[in-house]
Amino acid sequence: MNASQKERVLIKGNEAVAFGAVDAGCRCYFGYPITPQNEIPEALSVLLPENGGAFVQAESEVAASNMLLGAAACGIPAMTSSSGCGISLMQEAISYMAGSHVPGVIVNMQRGGPGLGDIGPSQGDYFQAVKGGGHGDHRNLVLAPATAQECYDLMFRAFALAFKYANPVMVLGDAIVGQIKEPVRREPPKDALRPEAVMALAKDWRLEGYGGRGEGAAPRLLKSVYLAEGALAGRNRLLMEKYAAMRAECAFEQTDTNDAELIVVAFGSIARIARSAIRRLRADGRKLGLFRPVTLYPFPAEALRALAPGRRFLVMEQNTGQMVEDVLLALNGAAAVSWHGVMPGLFIGADDLTEPILRALKEKKQ
Amino acid sequence: MIRVSDSADALRPQPGECLAFDVNPVLNERPTHYCPGCHHGIAHRLVSEALHELGVARRAILVASVGCATFTYDYFNVDGLEAPHGRACAVATGVRRARPDAVVFTYQGDGDMAAIGLAESLHAANRGEKITTIFINNTVYGMTGGQMAPTTLVGQKTTTTCQGRSLSNEGGPVRLAEIMAQLDGVAYAARCALDSVKHVRAAKRAMRKAFEVQLDGLGFGFVELLSGCPTNWHLDPVAANRRIAEAMIPVFPLGVFKDATTTAPADAGQAKEAPRG
Repeated sequence: MNASQKERVLIKGNEAVAFGAVDAGCRCYFGYPITPQNEIPEALSVLLPENGGAFVQAESEVAASNMLLGAAACGIPAMTSSSGCGISLMQEAISYMAGSHVPGVIVNMQRGGPGLGDIGPSQGDYFQAVKGGGHGDHRNLVLAPATAQECYDLMFRAFALAFKYANPVMVLGDAIVGQIKEPVRREPPKDALRPEAVMALAKDWRLEGYGGRGEGAAPRLLKSVYLAEGALAGRNRLLMEKYAAMRAECAFEQTDTNDAELIVVAFGSIARIARSAIRRLRADGRKLGLFRPVTLYPFPAEALRALAPGRRFLVMEQNTGQMVEDVLLALNGAAAVSWHGVMPGLFIGADDLTEPILRALKEKKQ
Repeated sequence: MIRVSDSADALRPQPGECLAFDVNPVLNERPTHYCPGCHHGIAHRLVSEALHELGVARRAILVASVGCATFTYDYFNVDGLEAPHGRACAVATGVRRARPDAVVFTYQGDGDMAAIGLAESLHAANRGEKITTIFINNTVYGMTGGQMAPTTLVGQKTTTTCQGRSLSNEGGPVRLAEIMAQLDGVAYAARCALDSVKHVRAAKRAMRKAFEVQLDGLGFGFVELLSGCPTNWHLDPVAANRRIAEAMIPVFPLGVFKDATTTAPADAGQAKEAPRG
């Protein structure tokens, strides 16, 4: 809890989320306990009051996400976190945030599903996160950390993007990312906006009472209901323009792709495990690379497409087949794509991925 | 029997009270979308007068709900936010925690607050959130066309209880003011009615008190307003007012059920002694 700003501290990914949030300027947290993300509310219940913020343990995820809607509408950096069924309960408010241009930050440390599932790692909420998740047409910006350090760093980007676009941002980790304990440097990333700069992005729409804007200021209203004929169409066109502008935020990491014949596409904890397997196989002379999307929405489709000539792709993810659809869409037939799924809830090692990678390599040679 | 002198006394201005009708800058001049005889207009006026007289409209944030009251924000000259159905008290919690200097209020119907939003409403109250909640109880879902509400009276016919609400199948009406009064975080809980001038004036005093406890940081302020819905009751406005007096008040007794500002038995100016919370 007393990590200084410069030294490296040994903390869990969940704790890194909490430190990152506070350092990025988060001043309100609302949440409801659920494994495997409980270290986030526990840490913030100490950190936020210490930093002049508010921590509220809500009566449900429904309430927590709606509290977030209220706080974020005031232009105050605010967040919630949950997992699995808890995230399902938040979809109502997430849809309202998207429809009302409200910048909520939601952390999802995924657990196995569907239903109550288990508390092991999973990437089964990929579709829910990147395709909207709530009712109506909406999109969330989705960031996928793979390490505890990235949990810390991406919280800065989460708040900056949420405020830049006045849109919900989901940080999509999983049980491994949240529970893994690693050294973390508690230092804002070089490109991070200062909290005051993040809050300044809200000056044209935040709710504060009209008196806060000087004499004669008009009242403000944040809403998602548009009943007049054609009004909702206009609203959705505006949202489409916003989603198109978000494409500028694509982020990804590629490793050993230059000479690769086969590129593994994976995100989050599976990308780390795949990297270990790839490193081992490259030592044996196999030409393998890794493409790791850091933003899942917007999906880094152009960067992936640029790698297509002369290569094939293997999508590895911990679900029954979700991101593979975005990879297929991105490549649009420009390269062959195969898929390997790790079932939700399983804890796997690099050994479990070497054989599927070798199999995919062989397929290429046939 | 009501003696003429009692009745006349009740209508006389109280100290500090002005009975002249004036333009209130907190309400704009847009004609409302409410049906003839609906009491939302009176309730809006009472809220706006409380905000105006307390001088807090400039730092007020309205959290609107879903139902006939969805478009409340069209009529108030204050910052506003739309909440999903039932979630107004949770949204207001977030607003108040993010902006401790704001004056935050929700305006909710009976379906919104006492059915789909009961959990959010009770827990916000129990936490003692410094917000004020105006609860419109008209025993029916208005916006969706007259279905059963949690406050529908036993025997009352609605489009989803065409034989009348029965205790054995649908349960009885939820008495929210009494429930609120049980919670430690509630600073003020009152039930008033909008069927007569006398009751409206009592409601005005209760409304002001429900905001004052927020401003004084005492906790959650709650006012339930028994209101008419001539359209979905299939009554004319005068008969609707009569229904409030004859059918609703016996089931939903008027009074102040909790008042943290006084230790003496509370009185919102109602004829009936309130049950103690």
